[in-house]
Amino acid sequence: MQFFGGSEISPSPPVPTASGNNGHMIYMFNRNGVCLLYREWNRPLRTLNAQQDHKLMFGLLFSLKSLTAKMDPTSAEKGNLGVPQLPGQGCSFHSFRTNTYKLSFMESPSGIKIILVTHPRTGDLRDSLKYIYNLYVEYVVKNPLYTPGSPIRCQLFNTTLDQYMRGIA
Amino acid sequence: MAAAIYSLYIINKSGGLIYYKDYGSAGRMDTNDSLRVASLWHSMHAISQQLSPVSGCLGIELLQADTFDLHCYQSLTGTKFFVVCEPGTQHMESLLKYIYELYTDYVLKNPFYEMEMPIRCELFDINLTQAVQKDRVAFLGR
Repeated sequence: MQFFGGSEISPSPPVPTASGNNGHMIYMFNRNGVCLLYREWNRPLRTLNAQQDHKLMFGLLFSLKSLTAKMDPTSAEKGNLGVPQLPGQGCSFHSFRTNTYKLSFMESPSGIKIILVTHPRTGDLRDSLKYIYNLYVEYVVKNPLYTPGSPIRCQLFNTTLDQYMRGIA
Repeated sequence: MAAAIYSLYIINKSGGLIYYKDYGSAGRMDTNDSLRVASLWHSMHAISQQLSPVSGCLGIELLQADTFDLHCYQSLTGTKFFVVCEPGTQHMESLLKYIYELYTDYVLKNPFYEMEMPIRCELFDINLTQAVQKDRVAFLGR
């Protein structure tokens, strides 16, 4: 993929070892909690409606970041629990795993949060998340018709993302 | 095999902290903070079950952060044992299951122990320290 000014997108990371229907859902939020993107490829169970689901996910991430910043065993003084952390401030988590899914998380310095929910035996997806962030920059941010802070409606971004997820799933 | 445990928490089925032991982390917490952190973890564990794309989710088993990993084991009765350790530490699941066995032997079978209350059983402390000691030795050498 070549773009104006040369490509800065790193090459696609290698396929993880678990094959099959790996990717379940993806969420993207901005720093204010607006859900910019939600795509699902495989979700047999939906416990809440879409609005509540997004809010719950954002809330979970907020609280988990607060928890990891507080529980950080390598730093002596930390703020109080519940104080909003700036992106990059304090220890943050990059993934958690349950018996049925694995959630991988990445936050950009501008506060854009990308969440991928996949099969529990998926490997480390940090490079994939960085790649998806680069896709967002190229197809969404550089799109002159896109208003920052609004839900993403870029068809090209969606198709490229689906294609990429099929490649790593 | 390098392994280093920073701290261990046990929470009852309602989310209350019943045991907290710190094994030498720089971020040792006072009682109030450890209570808050334990309740927060209990809630996060429950919420993670709601967000599962498939049914049958039992909650978070492993949380990987920048500077630590958190392994959690939930018994069938809802008591949660979780340990904060160095990233990449192996065999934490088996250690947690072993700690659960120690809990059943030295705490639950203790006739003076009240269910869901903070654990004050000397034999549990002794055996627990022994179990964790072998993982801590490498950490002390650092």
